[in-house]
Amino acid sequence: MGSQQAKADAAPNERAPEEQALALELKSIIADVLGIDAEDAAALNEDSGLFGHLPELDSMAVAGLLTEIEDRLDIVIEDEDVDGEMLETFGGLLAFAKAKLDEG
Amino acid sequence: MLVLPALFDEANKMRRFTVQVMRALDDLGVDSFLPDLPGCNESLVPLDNLSLEDLRVAASAAAEAFGATEVLTIRTGALLAPPSLPTWQYAPQTGAKLLRSMLRARLIASREAGRAETQEQLLEEGRKSGLMLAGWPIGAAMFQELETAVPSASATQHVIAQSQVGGGGLWLRAEPSHDQTQADALAQIIAANDRVDT
Repeated sequence: MGSQQAKADAAPNERAPEEQALALELKSIIADVLGIDAEDAAALNEDSGLFGHLPELDSMAVAGLLTEIEDRLDIVIEDEDVDGEMLETFGGLLAFAKAKLDEG
Repeated sequence: MLVLPALFDEANKMRRFTVQVMRALDDLGVDSFLPDLPGCNESLVPLDNLSLEDLRVAASAAAEAFGATEVLTIRTGALLAPPSLPTWQYAPQTGAKLLRSMLRARLIASREAGRAETQEQLLEEGRKSGLMLAGWPIGAAMFQELETAVPSASATQHVIAQSQVGGGGLWLRAEPSHDQTQADALAQIIAANDRVDT
């Protein structure tokens, strides 16, 4: 699959399997929120825009997204942690979720 | 069968799906009724003075008026189920989680609008005088009850998890949607077990 191809500028080591699994889980949640199929969700990359880029992703949809992430990843997201940066792109969300999981 | 819909924002997202399930149930020989809860849909009662208990009383009154022998609840509709009737809880949700999502939506919207609000402030205000959340005026009594309300786990209550129905829960959708396959699956789970029971 495409995810195996390391970017030229990325570190030579491929991503840790846990991080790939996390990215997949997040894509699956986003697919459920946006009502897109798995293929389209798989095409999301770190730069894919979310909040502020997709008109259907309003505050209520983002709130639902975060609550679902909490449920599926078994983490607690403090509302103080939620900022524009983490929600703006898929990469931001992924980095945030990874940091949360590493904390706990 | 009495159908108790999802509450507030989720009610909008699940509206068409709820009707799809009712049609699918009808095809399988199960009659169902969907009341407008007080303060919701076309009800003229202002929502901001209503408590969760008021909605429970209304749900029980509806069950009696329709002569319902069983209940299907959608999401937080499970918080309203009359305890005496056999109930199918589809993807039940606690009041606390519903409230959390609605509070979070308000915080995100406030932040975007440049208003400084904290979760603590909102919690305090909600408990004391109620809050407008996702466009729904939630009164203080409702707010406090939602913080602790959990679906009944008595022997009359049967949970149908989303994983049994398949696909992603429609309450997650950013835009309200519908899904005939899921509606058929849910109706079939209910109808199949009803036949075993009777």
